[in-house]
Amino acid sequence: MEQKLLTKHIPGMDPMNIQAYLDVEGYQSFFKAFKTQPLDIIGDIEKSKLRGRGGAAFPVHIKMMSMAKQKETTRYIICNADEGEPGNFKDRYLMENNPHQLLEGMLIAAYATRANKGYIYIRGEFDTPIKIMHEAIRQAKAHGLLGTNIQGSGFDFDLEIRSGAGSYVCGEEFALIESIEGKSGRTRVKPPFPTDVGLFGKPTLINNVETFSNLPWILAMGGEAFASIGTESSTGTKLVSVSGNVKHPGVYEVPFGVPIRDVIDTLGGGTQNAQKIGMVQLSGASGPIIPEYMLDLTIDFDRFEDFDSKTGAGAIIVMDDQKDMFNILKRISDFFEHESCGKCTPCREGNVHMSKLLNKFLQSDATEKDLMNLESLSRVMHQTSLCGLGQSAPTAVLSTLKYFRDTYFDRIEHPQEGGLA
Amino acid sequence: MLESILSKYPKEQDMLIEILLDVQNQKTDQYLSEAEIEQIASYLSLPTAHVSSAVSFYTFFSTQRRGEHVIQVCKDVPCYLNDSDNLVDTIQKQLGIGMHETTEDGMFTLEPTSCLGICDGAPAMRIGEHTYTKLNKDRVTALLAEYRGKR
Ligand SMILES: Cc1cc2nc3c(=O)[nH]c(=O)nc-3n(C[C@H](O)[C@H](O)[C@H](O)COP(=O)(O)O)c2cc1C
Ligand code: SF4
Ligand code: FES
Repeated sequence: MEQKLLTKHIPGMDPMNIQAYLDVEGYQSFFKAFKTQPLDIIGDIEKSKLRGRGGAAFPVHIKMMSMAKQKETTRYIICNADEGEPGNFKDRYLMENNPHQLLEGMLIAAYATRANKGYIYIRGEFDTPIKIMHEAIRQAKAHGLLGTNIQGSGFDFDLEIRSGAGSYVCGEEFALIESIEGKSGRTRVKPPFPTDVGLFGKPTLINNVETFSNLPWILAMGGEAFASIGTESSTGTKLVSVSGNVKHPGVYEVPFGVPIRDVIDTLGGGTQNAQKIGMVQLSGASGPIIPEYMLDLTIDFDRFEDFDSKTGAGAIIVMDDQKDMFNILKRISDFFEHESCGKCTPCREGNVHMSKLLNKFLQSDATEKDLMNLESLSRVMHQTSLCGLGQSAPTAVLSTLKYFRDTYFDRIEHPQEGGLA
Repeated sequence: MLESILSKYPKEQDMLIEILLDVQNQKTDQYLSEAEIEQIASYLSLPTAHVSSAVSFYTFFSTQRRGEHVIQVCKDVPCYLNDSDNLVDTIQKQLGIGMHETTEDGMFTLEPTSCLGICDGAPAMRIGEHTYTKLNKDRVTALLAEYRGKR
């Protein structure tokens, strides 16, 4: 069931030694890029139908094309390695185990869009990935793969690492830009988009770690061959972070189109202690919570449009049937309450209010009116928040209101039975 | 000491977060004082209010004295599903402190944290710049003893 591209060379490869990557044809796609017109590289990426792996699933070539067309010659590219959403850890895995694949992908993107300066923004909690990426950059420089006039091509590219300092919202692209600029991480109103006015006011291409890591593969095999992997709408492979009550939590690479159940059972080894699965949250804290009977759904970007939710970054959080739903929801809501940047009211106030309402359910103290309030509050937050954080904060509640509605009524009608987990 | 740290950095506003992290990490009491915030602001020619607001925005920064080792225990769902509450209990009992408190000897401060991005090692926690995974009562007890022993 697994199909390994991005993780293919990882077993046994020393991430601290660039030679190990060169030995498996590392940086060959970058050398190939030099012999190709930048617009043809973007054309190949268009053929691959690659979509962003950081959550929003936006077609990669459109952003690259928009960058390539800019008149301004100072341009930046940023790798988003902020990976802060509960349940996601695949970018950490890629950086810790195959750092040069990421550098090669960034180099290809920079060459195709004519950007000469790049940043990797890594969340501050990732002590090990930060160390490994620093070392990878140092070695790439020593091998003449970064710097001025790279391999005699006339192309210059310099790369720096910037560290986060404990803030989930800084994964949002404009908040991330503000953070690199040395400010609090609060988003900006769009448009203009970063490819028009980004870092330091200049055109900026921002993509996820996994997105960049796909580029060497697309150049190596050709866009069309890449597009034949996965499904019509979601091409290539997906790194899935499997966690929660499974026997073998971890990162697994599968082609799009694989049923979620198979990933949980075959790769994740099923639940610990052979409990039944109660709920599964997809994509992370901002994703929908679904019941066991829906697990035959396949991993595909466009599956959960009900909640305006894409497969997201590809997390699968498995919860066995012994867990109290309201305890889970309360934790999710506390997460968003803490991480809200406070810029807009529906998110800043909404998350506080949502935590309070969920606490009433948790404490077996909720009424039908609380349920109605919770439902309308969720809708308002979803529709009126300024950025993806506030818009997706109520997804867990909205999805459980849809699939586990009885659990809410049970708790209202039989408060004494709703013992605290 | 502050001056020698600052002198490593170009006087550019976008170095702010890196500088704040560096300064705080090198202090045994793991916090940023008002005087330090002012000095950093003046080094980068920024208004003090700008630096103060960044300090209060990012969870990593504290304006209160903390212990030499800040213990951050993950509170999010994948860790919760793997019994992180028990982990918190154990640490609280061992150290005799609650969340957001510091031990009397100034050795440890206990804090909750959002997901550490290592949920395959749940339950997880971070002490200073080290992450520990798949923790249980015995392992955490041994770890705390090890940190105490280092002093
Ligand atoms: C609250 C919030 C947090 C986000 N966190 C991340 C993140 O940690 N990593 C990431 O790649 N994208 C994250 N995104 C998505 C980015 O805004 C952006 O869409 C992405 O970096 C684009 O890269 P991609 O097209 O390669 O996915 C986040 C978005 C929001 C609204
Ligand atoms: S939705 Fe939340 S995180 Fe986003 S801008 Fe509004 S307050 Fe900030
Ligand atoms: S939920 Fe604890 S590390 Fe992710």
